[in-house]
Amino acid sequence: MAVLELSLLMHVKLFSKDLALINDNTVLRFLGKNGSDVNNEEDSAAENQENGRGADKERKRAKPRTRRGHARGRARHGGEEDGDDEDGTRRAGQRRQRNRRGRGRAGGNEGSDSEGDPTKARKNQANQKSKEDDEQEEDEKGGKSGKGKNEKKQDKKADKKGKKEKANKKKKDKKKSGSGSDSDSEEEPITEEELAKLKEEVEEKKKLIATLRNKPWKMKKKLSVLKYEAQLFVEKFEGALGKGKGKKFYAYKVMMTKKWMKFQRDFENFKTACIPWEMKIKEIESHFGSSVASYFIFLRWMYGINMILFGLTFGLVMVPEALMGKPYGSLPRKTVPRAEEATAMNFATLWDFSGFAQYSVLFYGYYNNQRTIGWLKFRMPLSYFLVGVGTIGYSFMIVIRTMARNANEEGGGDDTSFNFSWKMFTSWDYLIGNPETADNKFASITTSFKEAIVEEQESRKEENIHLTRFLRVLANFLALCTLAGSGYLIFFVVRRSQKFALEGLENYGWWERNEVNMVMSLLGMFCPTLFDVISSLENYHPRIALRWQLGRIFALFLGNLYTFIIALMDEINLKAKRIKNWYLYNGTIPENSTAPPIQVDPADVPRGPCWETMVGQEFVRLTVSDTMTTYITILIGDFLRAVFVRFFNYCWCWDLEYGFPSYSEFDISGNVLGLIFNQGMIWMGSFYAPCLPAINVFRLHTSMYLQCWAVMCCNVPQERVFKASRSNNFYMAMLLFILFLSTLPAVYTIVSIPPSFDCGPFSGKTRMFEVISETLEHDFPSWFGKVFGYASNPGLILPFILLMVLSIYYLNATSKSYKEANLELKKKLQSCILKPKRKMKIRDDHLWKSCM
Amino acid sequence: MGNKQTIFTDEQLDAYQDCTFFTRKEILRLHGRYHEMAPNVVPMDYTKDPDVKLPMQLIINMPELKENPFKERIVESFSEDGEGSLSFNDFVDMFSVLSEMAPRELKAIYAFKIYDFNTDNFICKADLEKTLNKLTREELTAEEITLVCEKVIEEADMDGDGKLGFADFENMISKAPDFLRAYSSSVLP
Repeated sequence: MAVLELSLLMHVKLFSKDLALINDNTVLRFLGKNGSDVNNEEDSAAENQENGRGADKERKRAKPRTRRGHARGRARHGGEEDGDDEDGTRRAGQRRQRNRRGRGRAGGNEGSDSEGDPTKARKNQANQKSKEDDEQEEDEKGGKSGKGKNEKKQDKKADKKGKKEKANKKKKDKKKSGSGSDSDSEEEPITEEELAKLKEEVEEKKKLIATLRNKPWKMKKKLSVLKYEAQLFVEKFEGALGKGKGKKFYAYKVMMTKKWMKFQRDFENFKTACIPWEMKIKEIESHFGSSVASYFIFLRWMYGINMILFGLTFGLVMVPEALMGKPYGSLPRKTVPRAEEATAMNFATLWDFSGFAQYSVLFYGYYNNQRTIGWLKFRMPLSYFLVGVGTIGYSFMIVIRTMARNANEEGGGDDTSFNFSWKMFTSWDYLIGNPETADNKFASITTSFKEAIVEEQESRKEENIHLTRFLRVLANFLALCTLAGSGYLIFFVVRRSQKFALEGLENYGWWERNEVNMVMSLLGMFCPTLFDVISSLENYHPRIALRWQLGRIFALFLGNLYTFIIALMDEINLKAKRIKNWYLYNGTIPENSTAPPIQVDPADVPRGPCWETMVGQEFVRLTVSDTMTTYITILIGDFLRAVFVRFFNYCWCWDLEYGFPSYSEFDISGNVLGLIFNQGMIWMGSFYAPCLPAINVFRLHTSMYLQCWAVMCCNVPQERVFKASRSNNFYMAMLLFILFLSTLPAVYTIVSIPPSFDCGPFSGKTRMFEVISETLEHDFPSWFGKVFGYASNPGLILPFILLMVLSIYYLNATSKSYKEANLELKKKLQSCILKPKRKMKIRDDHLWKSCM
Repeated sequence: MGNKQTIFTDEQLDAYQDCTFFTRKEILRLHGRYHEMAPNVVPMDYTKDPDVKLPMQLIINMPELKENPFKERIVESFSEDGEGSLSFNDFVDMFSVLSEMAPRELKAIYAFKIYDFNTDNFICKADLEKTLNKLTREELTAEEITLVCEKVIEEADMDGDGKLGFADFENMISKAPDFLRAYSSSVLP
């Protein structure tokens, strides 16, 4: 091994050296010794031919040149035999160089062939020797393996004829340069062509380094290839290449690429280290399979999105207002009213997000309608509006982009022609590291095989189909009943709460005040369980069952949410009416109050109801109560149950662990939907409560830890372990749907309801979006406003929309046809592979029979 | 963690990073795992590339492999001598191929090796039967096994020679939707 290493090392070193050899004194010996090998090289001409593309090319180039050399040599001197000899030498030398490169390349591609014939490698080095003593030794070793005597003889000869050869060398350089008149060529160490070749080769080695990890070799081989072939080669030759004109620049470039590579690698390391909770998720994956882990990956993804939303609202809305806006107490909207002052700091009030919390940057009402604030001339209302719109726009963009990427990754996985093969070779999940999960996996594989066998052996029995059909219809009917019931319940409760509100909440207790939230949370808790029971009637594959379950709970939550929103809208309208009345009572109060003749304390100024803040508060309360319910459910439903089962199992009449209560399984569908709906509420409410993303980030952060812990310590793996469908596009589609649904009410309120006149950044305007036209008027040149006016003309917008619709239609149609073409090609390809071989076989059979 | 440098030199770590899909930290963690299995045999200092091999019995008891029905085959196909003892290089190699980042082609090559029980470069009926028995813990009847094996060969055998060559195998497995996921394992700290 050591010898091999040495030889490889020499090989590289020598090669780099002989490039610069021509203007070296030692060129004499170089020529002399190479001459000795001419015969040998000629012998192996056939072998040379096989040795790579470079060899052939080089020979073509070398031949005419040598012929010319012969002619010239003869014409000049009779005693120019040496010249001929040297021509041969050079030719052979060059060819050998090509050879070696070809071989090097082959080595790079197929593994190091040189390992196979170390003697040959050494021989090549011997040919390419130079002045160093140790290298001479190496030469002699090389000589032993072949024509040592010859070489030595040639050596002596070379020394004698030193001067003559020096002269010849010059001649040769001229020949080499083609034109023959160029005396500069002596200084030029390598020709352009060689340089290009070398560069190409260095590139190839680099490519080899980059793709080395994809090679199915043993690590030892990889390491040695990397170290002795590729890396040294690249290092040496990057240096050698620099001997040309742009040496410094090249060296600099090489250095920078190296640094850049190092940086990239470090950055990659850093990036993987930065992905949060990676180890936690991996651990869960190994215990519970990929379906449970997919929930946590989804949670992490949501966390990332919420971080960005939080950054937007926090950095562009809350912080500027807190730092540069007017301080608390300077305006009525920024002051707690006199009547509430006494209880404003109570914990119960704060927990309810009223009192001081209500009159702070957390909610819409606190913001002033001053156009610019602070010394930065920060356009607060504009910023508020743009952040609100940007939040929604960004969410749409990121969800759709992720969906598109997932769809791309999916590729052509719809082929069912390998049903059994795939079951056989891909059903084991290599991530499983837990005996229980493994047991379940074995069981589920066996069942799936049995199912497939039954399906294969006979088409399903008739009565069976009828029964399942009946059961499935029944299940859907029951689910619909549950949905309708829960919808009615919410409607009823909201109505009742309105009645309570009209009569004044003070007369009622805690339950009446929180009835709506509680009922919604309770429904969210119990209905999914009900659906679970119902779905056991249907007898679907768990993956399909999960989708049905998700769809049903989705419908439930959606119905609840929309009932809730409609009820809220009712309340807003009620308040709007009261605002009108208030206007009527107070006549022209808004104008009067802006120029008060008497100084009134801001806390005493009468004010209108601020419905925006109210909506914001409602969403924040809903989010908080939802979070609390989730956590309490986890603690009671999972943790306490697990503790009970674990410790009471010692003194109970039946086996608790395998009997009735048992441990709970992780409920993927419920958790995913909880997450999605929570996000929907954030999207809906964040315009009116800028603090909502912050609360959500906190919630996701804590629930990541809590749920990870709960899963690991109190849940058991599912009975039928199944793989998650590869992409989370089903989750994503629901998220997109929710996003769409939650932007509807937000956009509706922004566009068509007039903002409250005495609170929030848009007070005094008839519609919120007027802030845009105001900015256009004041901060942009007048022509811009005109252009904008023309552009927003319906005459332009309608054709534009039409164009977009048409282009969508066109793209859709083309993608469909591509898909079809793809399928067709796939079929053709398969039959192409299949046909000839099968045919051949049949023909062979026929032949065989006819022969018989 | 001040002793990081004493386990590997920087060049070694760089070389490993070039040859595998792992980061520095993961390679060190892998060494930790390798060391942990036989603290007396495996040195902490790997700068001189000691020639240490661990027998298959130790390696298949790792939690990552313990439950895997093909653990012996996995270890065998990654060991240099084919007997199942792994040097650290082989060990790293194994987890590199099993890592999530490894490409389909690479995984397919090793998956083929794993299922080729008698190492004749074909997956024949006997191999399929063995695979199936390991997957289902021998809970299928003989007829069922024959049926499944026949179906598999019928589906995947393109050249009609009654057994699966690597081309057949790759063609079949590369289309499987769960393939990448199915052949990914992770090393826990």
